[in-house]
Amino acid sequence: MSENKTIEIQVKRQEGPGKPSHWETFKIPYKPNMNVIACLMELQISPVNAEGKTSTPPAWEAACLEEVCGTCSMIVNGRPRQACTALIDKLEQPIRLEPFSKFPIVRDLITDRTRMFDHLKQVKAWINIDGTHDLGPGPKYSQELALSRYKMSECMTCGCCLEACPNYGPQSKFIGPQAINQVRLFNDHPSGEMNASERLEAVMGEGGVNDCGDAQNCVKACPKQIPLTESIATISRDTTRLAFKKLFG
Amino acid sequence: MTQPHGSSAPKSNRIAIVGGGLAGLMTTIRACEAGMEVDLFSVVPVKRSHSVCAQGGINGAVNTKGEGDSPAEHFDDTVYGGDFLANQPPVQKMTDMAPGIIYLMDRLGVPFNRTAEGLLDFRRFGGTKHHRTAFAGASTGQQLLYALDEQVRRFEAEGKVRKFETWEYLQTIVDEDGTACGIVATNVFSMEVRSFPAAAVALATGGPGMLFGKSTNSIINTGAAAAVTYLQGASYANGEMIQIHPTAIPGPDKLRLMSESARGEGGRVWVPKDGKPWYFLEEMYPAYGNLVPRDIATRAIHKVVYDMNLGLNGEAVVYLDLSHIPADTLRKKLGAIMDIYEKFMGDDPTKVPMKVFPAVHYSMGGLWVDYNQMTNIPGLFAVGECDYSIHGANRLGANSLLSCIYAGMVAGPQMAKFAKNRKRAMDKVASSIFETAAKAQIQQIESVKKMDGTENPYNLGRELGDWMTRNVTVTRYNDKLKQTDDKIQELQARWHKIGIADKGGWANQAVHQTRQLWSMLQLARVVTIGALKRDESRGAHYKPDFPNRDDEKFMKTTMAKYQGNGAAPGSKDAGQPTFSYEAVDVSLVKPRPRKYDVDKQKS
Repeated sequence: MSENKTIEIQVKRQEGPGKPSHWETFKIPYKPNMNVIACLMELQISPVNAEGKTSTPPAWEAACLEEVCGTCSMIVNGRPRQACTALIDKLEQPIRLEPFSKFPIVRDLITDRTRMFDHLKQVKAWINIDGTHDLGPGPKYSQELALSRYKMSECMTCGCCLEACPNYGPQSKFIGPQAINQVRLFNDHPSGEMNASERLEAVMGEGGVNDCGDAQNCVKACPKQIPLTESIATISRDTTRLAFKKLFG
Repeated sequence: MTQPHGSSAPKSNRIAIVGGGLAGLMTTIRACEAGMEVDLFSVVPVKRSHSVCAQGGINGAVNTKGEGDSPAEHFDDTVYGGDFLANQPPVQKMTDMAPGIIYLMDRLGVPFNRTAEGLLDFRRFGGTKHHRTAFAGASTGQQLLYALDEQVRRFEAEGKVRKFETWEYLQTIVDEDGTACGIVATNVFSMEVRSFPAAAVALATGGPGMLFGKSTNSIINTGAAAAVTYLQGASYANGEMIQIHPTAIPGPDKLRLMSESARGEGGRVWVPKDGKPWYFLEEMYPAYGNLVPRDIATRAIHKVVYDMNLGLNGEAVVYLDLSHIPADTLRKKLGAIMDIYEKFMGDDPTKVPMKVFPAVHYSMGGLWVDYNQMTNIPGLFAVGECDYSIHGANRLGANSLLSCIYAGMVAGPQMAKFAKNRKRAMDKVASSIFETAAKAQIQQIESVKKMDGTENPYNLGRELGDWMTRNVTVTRYNDKLKQTDDKIQELQARWHKIGIADKGGWANQAVHQTRQLWSMLQLARVVTIGALKRDESRGAHYKPDFPNRDDEKFMKTTMAKYQGNGAAPGSKDAGQPTFSYEAVDVSLVKPRPRKYDVDKQKS
């Protein structure tokens, strides 16, 4: 490996909300096992662009750096993903980094994804417990159900599925795959099931499960391989059943 | 432009909780149940807090395996594992509550792994002989955090919680009587600064991993919140007690944890010796084998690698081997960490042994609290990793999630009680106190923005991390500790020469870093001098020149108190930590020597 090997990264820059955007190229000394985050860290220490001019370090968000927190979402070479698992050795160069396009820009690679958490409120993604005082063991259920719920519960609200979904965006009311998956996660729980119809009703109207256009991009974009399309199909069927039940009692 | 203004009029039942990991969220829930309204602050959306990184599980002596486990046994393992530095009464309370806490989390919908009968499954962890650890795959912290996040969202929907996400805590505000009455915080995106009145305040701000540069911690774990509070007069206890986890994957950006549950499920640690695998933990510690506590395993790895030169290919790496366990079992019980290894290292750990090395992981020390989780500043509470109680000189694996939830269960009602009985009613606190505090913070941030020296704040942080990791982790020598303290003071001097090239008014991260670095350097001195002064070896604190535990002199809590006027970033005189020692309450389990090569002796 050459001593002088460098990594070329192009970053879409924007100083703040409503400001114009532009691309800036950086060259970073290569080290083994680097990921996109390690490159961005180097730019904090030495924010010099490819033209040799001192720039400002690109702004980015990250926390866990092991793909369990969902913070470092961005578009890497055209694909929405977590920057921490974007390993340099596996990426074509120049590496192009852009912020998500479906959420308001804060600065550079940071977007405001608050809306995703509002969706979770909308679908009542929780168990209605009586209180946190000692009420003994929870309901018994099978390991098979635990494993299937665990898979759904790995959703870290990163937003990759929404960025990839053609029907989701600022102009649309569609709440998207992540929130619909949460409806299934809680409706599948023995206690959560008692409030299943409330959650189904939350995804029955405009912006609900019927706004899914079946592009199936979400399931491909999900870094956790959550069976999102399966969740959408299940909830779609359950809402139809509930609608009939309401119509014909 | 930033403007000081109270977010709303002071209310007698509104409290502030800073930090939205497990401890902060449980405090929030319990406070809401006790009739409080909560302003919840977090530097990231709470669902992204560092609790997500906890992998292996949560301890509680539910005793479903017919092994005769009990909360008393859990209690004994915990204080013994902590090398008798923890005050025992709260540890006993926690271990007594543990089975109930696990049941509660199950009721909240955490997808814990189950037995054939549909009961909760339990696995083994370090420092115990019992199957005591409930788990949801190998991302238990994430799953527990999500369950509490969901409950807090329910209270939010009911209007009992207001979330201030991407807001960073800057200081506690105290009233005319010296009682906490609110906080100042800044929005890390818009850079707005505001004061928030609160009838009681809790910090749930996690550990200080970033003092060491790279660790298993999330990069948000700067320790800055606890550090600025120490600079305001809160006592910081046992700062020198830093846990080094034996098994992490080295990386250029972070050292990624490979959970102790890998060994709990049968993983073996080895290096090649004379052409054969040498399972050195099993040989050195026949009674506990690969499941010795973390400090013991870490020191053994260092001995094998550095003293015996037996690291893989001469490098600082050993094997953690799971390849003898059926792949299907590994996927079901450890899937999340197998994925992490495969994604970052490119090898499949069901087929080849993993390459790991010890990494800074957890701070047993933190803000001093009483048995109600209150600091020495009345009305200011601390919960979770940022408080010092429970773990003594070494934390047992899977006790951290438990201690976070336990602390929240205690602090929530205590905060409500404090708010109700407040000496000075919130509407009697002069409003100028809130305005002055916010204005002072705005001024400090403005002066940081104007810094035009030659030093880079990230570079100073990296230097600090390198020094701390080299000299204040596994093996400690007094001369090296002294040199490190000198180095930190040099960095404090160089802090004044920082230049902020970025003049941006939005999400100016260099400004945040510079501000945080000031207090991190102060905290680094607390950790380093605390270690220098403790001339013994106990738990994670190991000095070859003082190899034995010295109960007579040092079975005491290190108490650091700040002296000086250097709380504000850029103050001319940075001030000094002063140290005193407090006796440890060992009234329940009599201290005895800690040995893991043989079975535990009853005291």
